Amino acid sequence: MTRKQTRLTIILVSLALVAAAAGLILYAIRDTIVFFFTPSEVTEKHIAPGTRIRLGGLVEKGSLLKTNGTEVSFTVTDGSGIMKVRYNGQLPDLFREGQGVVAEGAQGTDGVFVADTVLAKHDENYMPKDVADKLKEKGVWQEGKGAGP
Amino acid sequence: MTVELGHFALILALAVAAWQFAVPLVGAHNGYTSWMEQGRTAALIQLLLIAFSFAALTNAYVASDFSVLNVAENSHSAKPLLYKISGVWGNHEGSMLLWVLILALFGATVALFGNHLPATLRARVLGVQGAIGLAFLLFIVFASNPFLRLVPPPIQGQGLNPILQDPALAFHPPFLYGGYVGLSVSFAFAVAALLEGKVDGAWARWVRPWTLLSWALLTIGIAMGSWWAYYELGWGGFWFWDPVENASFMPWLVATALLHSAIVVEKRGALKIWTILLAILAFSLSLVGTFLVRSGILTSVHAFAVDPQRGLFILLILATFIGGSLSLFAWRAPSLKVGGLFAPISREGGLVLNNILLCTACAAVFIGTLYPLALETLTGDKISVGAPYFNLTFGPIILPLLLLMPMGPLLTWKRADAYAVMQRLWWAALIAIAMTLLVLVFTQRGPWLAPVGIAIGCWAIFGGLKDWMQKAGVGKVSLNTAWARFRGLPRAAHGAVLAHAGLGFVVIGVILLSVWKQELITVMKPGDTKSLAGYDITFLNEEPLKGANYDGVSGVFRVMQQNSEVATVKSEKRSFRPSNMPTTEVGLVQGFFGDVYIVMGDAMQDGRSVRISYNPLASWIWLGASIMFLGGLLSLTDRRLRIGVPAPPRPAPPAMALAKPAE
Repeated sequence: MTRKQTRLTIILVSLALVAAAAGLILYAIRDTIVFFFTPSEVTEKHIAPGTRIRLGGLVEKGSLLKTNGTEVSFTVTDGSGIMKVRYNGQLPDLFREGQGVVAEGAQGTDGVFVADTVLAKHDENYMPKDVADKLKEKGVWQEGKGAGP
Repeated sequence: MTVELGHFALILALAVAAWQFAVPLVGAHNGYTSWMEQGRTAALIQLLLIAFSFAALTNAYVASDFSVLNVAENSHSAKPLLYKISGVWGNHEGSMLLWVLILALFGATVALFGNHLPATLRARVLGVQGAIGLAFLLFIVFASNPFLRLVPPPIQGQGLNPILQDPALAFHPPFLYGGYVGLSVSFAFAVAALLEGKVDGAWARWVRPWTLLSWALLTIGIAMGSWWAYYELGWGGFWFWDPVENASFMPWLVATALLHSAIVVEKRGALKIWTILLAILAFSLSLVGTFLVRSGILTSVHAFAVDPQRGLFILLILATFIGGSLSLFAWRAPSLKVGGLFAPISREGGLVLNNILLCTACAAVFIGTLYPLALETLTGDKISVGAPYFNLTFGPIILPLLLLMPMGPLLTWKRADAYAVMQRLWWAALIAIAMTLLVLVFTQRGPWLAPVGIAIGCWAIFGGLKDWMQKAGVGKVSLNTAWARFRGLPRAAHGAVLAHAGLGFVVIGVILLSVWKQELITVMKPGDTKSLAGYDITFLNEEPLKGANYDGVSGVFRVMQQNSEVATVKSEKRSFRPSNMPTTEVGLVQGFFGDVYIVMGDAMQDGRSVRISYNPLASWIWLGASIMFLGGLLSLTDRRLRIGVPAPPRPAPPAMALAKPAE
């Protein structure tokens, strides 16, 4: 084989592999990404029940309910909209009423959001950026104090 | 006072970095020998200054000097000594100081032990290192200074984030940074080679140990981070495809590719241009990682600083070094001489395929990591790209690499016979298939990925074993001779086998833990017993807990298997002073074949919420990673690569290729 042929082989093999990978990436990006919404956006944008999303906002004070088993429920609010969330599992250490939260899952046909993952902020001074940004848009956020009432 | 001296030393280091950057490069360009030599002096002074500065900051931490803003914000007098020290790099400013300390250490190593490098190459490498040091020291002094004073000093500090107070995490940053920064040496060699206009086998022999060192440190650093996530975060996972994890994984992938392509440059003089590009890319991804983690653009436990000015500064450094080196590459690379010929099926061909697959895998991770950022900037939509994306893209791309891996070392240079290689590996393939069948027989139902994972892992492990036997000549010569040959193998050969086999363990651990994991979320009162995966777990009682800087409650669990006690473990809920931040400690029973993982949660209506999981083969992940790390270290001690040992002057590279045909 000459240098040219070797190079051509390498280039063709690389191109084939890269093309296959690119196809895979495009397919995966379309199918697996999860959008982030606050409760009022879910209503505004008519997100169909069953669509997997990340729901973010503040945990409404006094809304945390522990049932008989391991299931908990709480309400997420962004100031203008609210949505009830049901979750079967352990809440993260930093989950608190009145604090930011992100729940991943889908809305059921009864309007209750069923979460399979609940994330809370990582430390005392930190609010999930997505939540903070959205709350700023809604005007619920007060700089320096964190979230308002 | 020491703090001021440390601050002063840091500013001096900045000036020395400018000196180390400019003088040797100008000297190398014009052929001034004395100017070139100044690079070495500057690099040594640089190390002394930064080491002093770092020691001064550490001293302030150990002495709990809260008049220093950085100490007041990140330390607390009641913290154990280990975490006072690790607190130095447990924050943005201190971690950047650690970054330049490691950079200076590596620069000084090149200066001290680079006797056999051509003078111009050495001067240029040190010059490029000086430039990197200069950029980061400017950043530290002007945008992230750890030596700022606080008036009036508070009586007590705010403490370190409790989830960072952990032994594995204390050493995770130094190892990871060692890897990131080690790649700066490979980068400096690549840029220097472009300036020189010459790349040869001797150059590759210099780049390889540095890449190897970085790779080994990155491997163990990432493994430590993952181990920490596994038992400290309490979510039961070990890898979340979190952007900050990806930030360290991308340089690892490219460093792995670089490690392999440098072999081709060293032995065969081919792939020079590609190797230079990889060296540039590997360090660029380290910088991208630093940017992603340190700029606050991503929110995570790593994002200490959410300060747009800092992000902009790092972005500027990023643009300068990546843009500059790539421009230089575009300008100078075409003038490099191309090396040896090879057929597509050959050792070289195999390594090219390895490189293509690793880089494609890295591209998939890169896109998944940066796509959300790009999309939010362009459209304002907020999305998250999670594990499903990475499993769907990274998995299929890396699968052929894992399948081809055991064959690579058995291919011959220049032209190889794939059929002959398969003939040698048939029994490794047989074991892999037999294990797969065994799994299928004993687990009638279950995810198809489990047998596949076992097959791939066994294939890698036994393929490595075969490589060893092949080189020792087992079956062809008497056992005594084979043993003697085995002991006579270059350490790099052992290293390669260990690294490949270690990866086999990691693959088995990762896949089986993912698909065979059993989990139970329940409510338990003291005295209750639950069963999972053949274990009976009894919640004995709750005890109050008192630590050096935390209080809390611990749940005591007894783990039994077939009526004999395996262990009694505690899962704790801690509340740290002074922040009142709660954390959870996992009750973990580790075993070779699987871990019992118990997390006590909140009090529910009738008892405590308890999550119990059985994680099969979890420890194999870290066992495998440690084997890979050891393989890297062993390779590094190879006579031919050992840094600092006077090597006889090397003539042309082809002579080297002949010297070790066995590899």
